[in-house]
Amino acid sequence: MSKLSDLTIAGMRDGLAGKSFSATELAESSITAIEAARDLNAFVTEAPEKALEMARTSDARIAKGEAGPLEGIPLGIKDLYCTEGTLTTASSHILDGFVPGYESTVTANLWGDGAVMLGKLACDEFAMGSSNETSYYGNVINPWRNRGSNKPLVPGGSSGGSSAAVAARLCPGATATDTGGSIRQPAAFTGTVGIKPTYGRCSRWGIAAFASSLDQAGPITRTVRDAAIMLRSMAGHDPKDSTSVDIALPDFEAALTGDIRGMKIGIPKEYRMDGMKAEIETLWTQGIGWLKDAGAEIIDISLPHTKYALPAYYIVANAEASSNLARYDGVKYGLREQGVDITELYEKTRAAGFGAEVKRRILMGTYVLSAGYYDAYYLRAQKVRTLIKRDFEQVFETIDTILTPSTPTAAFAAGEKTDPIDMYLNDIFTVTVNMSGLPAISIPAGLSSEGTPLGLQLIGKAFDEETLFRVGGVLEEAAGFDAAPENWWA
Amino acid sequence: MYEEARETDPKKYIAGAAGDWELVVGLEVHAQISSKSKLFSGASAEYGGEPNDHVSIVDAAMPGMLPVINEFCVRQAVKTGLGLKAQINLRSVFDRKNYFYPDLPQGYQISQFKDPIVGPGTVLLDMKDGARVEIGIERLHMEQDAGKSIHDQHPSKTYVDLNRSGVALMEIVSLPDIRSSEEARAYVTKLRSILRYLGTCDGNMEEGSMRADVNVSVRRPGDPFGTRCEIKNVNSIRYVGQAIEYEARRQIDILEEGGSIDQETRLFDPKSGKTRAMRSKEEAHDYRYFPDPDLLPLEFTREWVDEIAAELPELPDEKRARLMSDYGLSAYDAGVLVADQASSAYFEKVATGRNAKLAVNWVMGDLSASANEKNVGLDQVGISPDQLGGLIDLIEDKTISGKIAKDVFEILLAEGGDPRTIVEDKGLKQVTDTGAIEAAVDEVIAANPDKVAEVREKPRMAGWFVGQVMKATGGKANPKAVNDILKAKLGL
Amino acid sequence: MSFDSATVQKIARLARIAISDDEAEKLQGELSAILGWVEMLNEVDVEGVAPMTSVTPMTLKKRRDEVTDGGYAEKVTANAPESDEHFFVVPKVVE
Ligand SMILES: [Mg+2]
Ligand SMILES: [Zn+2]
Repeated sequence: MSKLSDLTIAGMRDGLAGKSFSATELAESSITAIEAARDLNAFVTEAPEKALEMARTSDARIAKGEAGPLEGIPLGIKDLYCTEGTLTTASSHILDGFVPGYESTVTANLWGDGAVMLGKLACDEFAMGSSNETSYYGNVINPWRNRGSNKPLVPGGSSGGSSAAVAARLCPGATATDTGGSIRQPAAFTGTVGIKPTYGRCSRWGIAAFASSLDQAGPITRTVRDAAIMLRSMAGHDPKDSTSVDIALPDFEAALTGDIRGMKIGIPKEYRMDGMKAEIETLWTQGIGWLKDAGAEIIDISLPHTKYALPAYYIVANAEASSNLARYDGVKYGLREQGVDITELYEKTRAAGFGAEVKRRILMGTYVLSAGYYDAYYLRAQKVRTLIKRDFEQVFETIDTILTPSTPTAAFAAGEKTDPIDMYLNDIFTVTVNMSGLPAISIPAGLSSEGTPLGLQLIGKAFDEETLFRVGGVLEEAAGFDAAPENWWA
Repeated sequence: MYEEARETDPKKYIAGAAGDWELVVGLEVHAQISSKSKLFSGASAEYGGEPNDHVSIVDAAMPGMLPVINEFCVRQAVKTGLGLKAQINLRSVFDRKNYFYPDLPQGYQISQFKDPIVGPGTVLLDMKDGARVEIGIERLHMEQDAGKSIHDQHPSKTYVDLNRSGVALMEIVSLPDIRSSEEARAYVTKLRSILRYLGTCDGNMEEGSMRADVNVSVRRPGDPFGTRCEIKNVNSIRYVGQAIEYEARRQIDILEEGGSIDQETRLFDPKSGKTRAMRSKEEAHDYRYFPDPDLLPLEFTREWVDEIAAELPELPDEKRARLMSDYGLSAYDAGVLVADQASSAYFEKVATGRNAKLAVNWVMGDLSASANEKNVGLDQVGISPDQLGGLIDLIEDKTISGKIAKDVFEILLAEGGDPRTIVEDKGLKQVTDTGAIEAAVDEVIAANPDKVAEVREKPRMAGWFVGQVMKATGGKANPKAVNDILKAKLGL
Repeated sequence: MSFDSATVQKIARLARIAISDDEAEKLQGELSAILGWVEMLNEVDVEGVAPMTSVTPMTLKKRRDEVTDGGYAEKVTANAPESDEHFFVVPKVVE
């Protein structure tokens, strides 16, 4: 580790506290790293001036002894989060030129705790994708490559800009969002840590909505500790979000005790999918062994409705999306294509503004809500959702957390998956959690046969992120994942 | 399935070229909830304002904006439900009604579809002919108002102002129980009166606080319902009546010529008094209602509802019954008085502790006439309840006669002042001193011996003597005393 | 379940997205495949199961009736593609 930007959040925090370096130096180091990494295409908007200005303010606060918990820590922000005065696009052409006059609650919380914004990170358009190939601003490239290959791999999605930037050490942490796996899957694909907290833990206010009942903000970082530090600052009750919960916010970092003796870990048999790659199976078995060695009890469980989660998800998420994205109509902000009348204006604007995947999902969502189909699709999916959640409630009566693989494969090549359903299957292990509102974390646990990262997922009880951090810390320690992508981009 | 609750009086039928037609009307009234801020945002709900000034980024549907419900609006809706003697649903759900329109910034309206906050209720109408008509309320739900599209600001553009966007509305849906334009007008009037009593809507139709979607169909008596047309956004009670009359006639003409009615949305043009089909023939609506995932079901307890019920004011029907029994008002007079809260309050201030009959006569007589003349409420005529009460007191204690009272009333109207002071200053006091009256009688008798002879033949002539005595006393003599003394002196 | 192109066009119209015939044809296949795939939900017995309304147990939050927002027409219309004197402007809408 030669550069300041290579440090973790905890490392930066210690260095700043010990006056080893200033926040301005940290920001400068990150800015340099970002400028050198443009081949990754991780940022839609770089904000170096803003970063330096915020860093100077941090230095002043540190000098006065008024440092916040994230004082001077430079972070990347997924471009789904509205940031006052900074272009916010959701990686969509339809938000062309949109500069919000307001700040999302989560980012406001981060700035309130002293963090510094480096810029806005690309994602799949409106968070709809699993590979970051649907951004209007082009694909994000995974810093990792298959051993001996130059072929670009996807960084996962939708928070691919976030995962790529953290993996490439452009920033020690980034905000992300997870609707069906969009934090955990890109974390798994890039050897980073990503946690989707319990639905309601972080405010959704000021984050462009994809699917309201599923969307949840969370961090991507390089360590479990960093995730705990960052989530604590992001989370908290927000009176502006009717679905944000008003409960005590624990000190997540304090949950990292390293002691999981006697904890009960569930292993769901339904996650052993047909045709699952042997290396995924092996990784999972390894993970079970590590936790057992640490004194946890392993219990076989069943979550019978698992396989229905993905199709039910695509109905619910797309239905909500079709309505949430109706506001992008060329009237109030963003792109407008001229039309002879208002209908043509709408139709041309939305045709030009949305990419193929977003259109596909809007149409699918419109269809499942339309007259005569609502009961058969949307209502049925919401009933199945109740059953999926019930599965978890039942097993959590006897266990503390569930261990599964994060993804069915390692990062794949850009352009490799062209069939939508094939792409959707990426989320098969992650989506059940969104359907149930539960928290889950992905932890880098090993390398694929191609030398790219693989992750393990821990699923927790509602509002029990602490257990995820505790067990996750142990898993991280046991896995000892210290691989880093070769720096080919700088 | 809706079962028809009433039979129509054949007198209400509309005569056609070949037999009678029966009119069937149902109303959806949109009433703006009286509140300071909007249903789901903290922007002002006040009428007017500079363009887009009463607008928050939530109302403008900026990316990432979320609704948070206004508790007071919920309370207002429950209160209204109670006032309509309706079922209050302890659990209701907000749905999104999806459609595109420039003044609908979210691309959907947050409304209540399957599970409204208020279920079935009733509104009672008192018709002029004394009939009481019961109109069923199907439901009341809460929803957001849209913004305003202004089409006449520019030759080729529509201007959009979102000040109304997100303002809380109650949509009150009646059953198709209304059978005449008169009943429709009475229904809206009564509904408005109930809402005003409750303080849940100001009922100001000029400012759009109340608008009605009017569903009109016709049929041969005894037939099933005909195809209906919906006339959108009618914004005065008078227009409701006109729109229905025009629309009924239009439908009858079509049917009598062998045509059929297209179910369609129409607009009423107050200038021509006609309805016309909306020009934007939109494809069949498919609103794709589904529960708003940004909100949770709206739930509250029976206790909370009971608390609101306990605070309910006396409503028009109850007040009407009380005015009839306490003050002996006729059903019609009581109905007229309670329609306007200020008028009935005025009346009660005048009548309390006074001769009710006198109070009724004065309030419903001279005061109402002045109010009608000025086209204002009873409380705005310019005579306070204390002034009118004081005047009545003077009649009651025989300080003045009823006739003089009318003069004092005119003075009060023109100049104001205290009635007793006016009577004293102008010397209008009634003379009850029999000595003074006797002197005047003697004088008249002495001056008219021929008339005295005449009156003994024709006692009907006595009136002439009364007139002379009154004239001599400047109208202030007590008429009964004058009569008695005259009769005695003339030996009649 | 399979989509015909008329259905695709109808849905696209509802969603206010102009699509070409070529796009409609492609979408027809893709949407048919996705809907075919979600058909597996029909295997699930949902008899008597309540549809999910709230994914985590909570009650609806309410605000007090106070004016706390608005009064910034400039900010509201700052990003508008077309505006005039703080009005949003669109092509003439005929009613
Ligand atoms: Mg209506
Ligand atoms: Zn309505």
